[in-house]
Amino acid sequence: MSAVNKISGKGVYVAGNDIDTDRIIPARYLKCVTFDELGPSLFYDERFDADGRSKDHVLDAAAHQGAKVLVTDDNFGCGSSREHAPQAIQKFGLEVVIAGSFAEIFHGNCTTLGIPCVVMSQENRTKLAGDIALDPEAELIVDLESMQVLCANSVYPVTMKESAREAFLSATYDPLDSLMATSDDVRRIADKLGYS
Amino acid sequence: MAKNLFQKVWEDHLVRRLDSGQYQVFMALHLIHEVTSPQAFGMLKDKGLKVAYPSRTYATVDHIIPTDDQARPLRDDMAEKMIQVLSEAADENGIEFFAPESGSQGIVHVVGPELGLTQPGMTICCGDSHTATHGAFGCIALGIGTSQVRDVLASQTLAMDPLKVRRINIEGELNIGVTAKDVILHVIRQLGVNGGVGFAYEYGGSVIDSMTMEERMTVCNMSIEGGARCGYINPDETTFEFLRGKERVPAGAEFDQAVEKWQSYASDPDAEYDDVVNFAASDILPTVTWGVTPAQAISIVENVPSPEDAEGLDKNLITDALQYMQLDADQPIKGTKIDVAFIGSCTNGRLSDFEAVAALIAGKKVADNVRAIAVPGSEKVDQAAREAGLDKVFETAGFEWRMPGCSMCLAMNPDKLVGDEVCASSSNRNFIGRQGSPTGRTILMSPIMVAAAALEGHVADAREVFEL
Ligand code: SF4
Repeated sequence: MSAVNKISGKGVYVAGNDIDTDRIIPARYLKCVTFDELGPSLFYDERFDADGRSKDHVLDAAAHQGAKVLVTDDNFGCGSSREHAPQAIQKFGLEVVIAGSFAEIFHGNCTTLGIPCVVMSQENRTKLAGDIALDPEAELIVDLESMQVLCANSVYPVTMKESAREAFLSATYDPLDSLMATSDDVRRIADKLGYS
Repeated sequence: MAKNLFQKVWEDHLVRRLDSGQYQVFMALHLIHEVTSPQAFGMLKDKGLKVAYPSRTYATVDHIIPTDDQARPLRDDMAEKMIQVLSEAADENGIEFFAPESGSQGIVHVVGPELGLTQPGMTICCGDSHTATHGAFGCIALGIGTSQVRDVLASQTLAMDPLKVRRINIEGELNIGVTAKDVILHVIRQLGVNGGVGFAYEYGGSVIDSMTMEERMTVCNMSIEGGARCGYINPDETTFEFLRGKERVPAGAEFDQAVEKWQSYASDPDAEYDDVVNFAASDILPTVTWGVTPAQAISIVENVPSPEDAEGLDKNLITDALQYMQLDADQPIKGTKIDVAFIGSCTNGRLSDFEAVAALIAGKKVADNVRAIAVPGSEKVDQAAREAGLDKVFETAGFEWRMPGCSMCLAMNPDKLVGDEVCASSSNRNFIGRQGSPTGRTILMSPIMVAAAALEGHVADAREVFEL
């Protein structure tokens, strides 16, 4: 696990509030025993019709190939706790999500995987989406130290949950090691509560 | 100092504050299933770790299990593999596995309570967002992702942020024909799909007090649909009576001791809350969804909204939802033709749900053009229903009576909508594509409303159809 301070790359704007995890990855793609192959299933039903023909979704536009920054709207990732959703986002090549707000379990899953979820106002998201439309090749920089997104000549402020931000900067977003460090204390609590 | 249940349970299970600013919390009960857990065992293996507290973890299969033919190997190779990986991992790690035909298999949130594994004052987690169901017993019950399943397997703890608590009071007496499902759909409609972000919901008031445990589970189950991280109800006599005599609950003097302990977790009368919201029972009518989120709901006597009533992005949400559902602005929801009727899921797949419907459909017939299926939530529900002859009542009325599982709630098994079929469903999510067809349409409602729709062939008012 290494620190995540800054992510730079092309952006892509997927519009809409309340985009749920069933849309991010339809349930039939949850059939797997590892997460390795999930990338192509991202937003599958939005991107392809029943016969597998492209619906010309923005993620498939030539200009957006290789994008690393996903920009979207409010309550992103609501619904199921399936980690398949952030896994698919990551395996697809997206490294950071900018939205108006996030559903909580989704936010937690992203953080553990090292995908920062940063919050930007609607006004600025509209401007940022405009910047991306104008020049899809432009590099965005999401800077978690200064909490800013830089694009072309604009600077947009962003916020994020402080504990998540600290975790990214200090490379502790995957909590497993720290959870394993206190097994004696955990045992004491288990005994106290009668959980053998 | 007066405390609410969330604070008490949190403090009891708190290990420490982590350097990241999050908190390490002990998990009293961990439930796992075949869709989100097998990958976690792989992660453990990669790191050379073992399951720390195998006796605090229980496994079952529910999401992908077929409900018509469960003969092994399953026809779907990948489904078979997922079940095998889970069952082998359970074996290797000494985790109890409620396999099909064990008599205890079922939807994870039906199984925990009916065995008495779910007990007041516990922290409970499962790689499934409807873990909130267990909150009905006075638990902090959390849906988690697979990496967190890994964390709990390895350490029996989770890293998490504390939550605010919103008290939701529902006072008065429910109207005839109004069920627990209508109550929670009404609450979500009013507070929105993201109204609960950052909160645990504590449900209370006279309506909740007089509900059975099965009804309380229906309410808590859908907390997540309102954006809350979890939902709970304070344990009381109804809770203790439900647990008395259950397989995994202590008996005799030990039971009395347990009750004393459980009782102590209930919120103090003068406990403080971060927010309080009040609902009047008399305002709640049979409620159904018209759109593609659970908050896009109206009562059966209302018309669907029009984009004209909203502004900005909300306008688009309504326009898109109406288009997807193939509904016109301002049209009544009553009368909307359905193709499929589904009664089941962790929201409404318990014995009382089937009893309530059976009492109404006996001697009646499902409409010709409707495919109707009833899927018990667990093998125990199935068995009890069969003993009472409910399966026959359903079959005579034209329902198929299936084997237990999640089934058409998320359609990872062969039970799916075809094309743009409309399903009257007792499940909890009406998201686009949720029931297995990318263009399938879901209308959420209570089991008796599903029954009314099944008989009429269109969305109907159960109060009229059954002359309640
Ligand atoms: S019944 Fe539906 S909501 Fe409940 S656990 Fe199964 S898939 Fe999830």
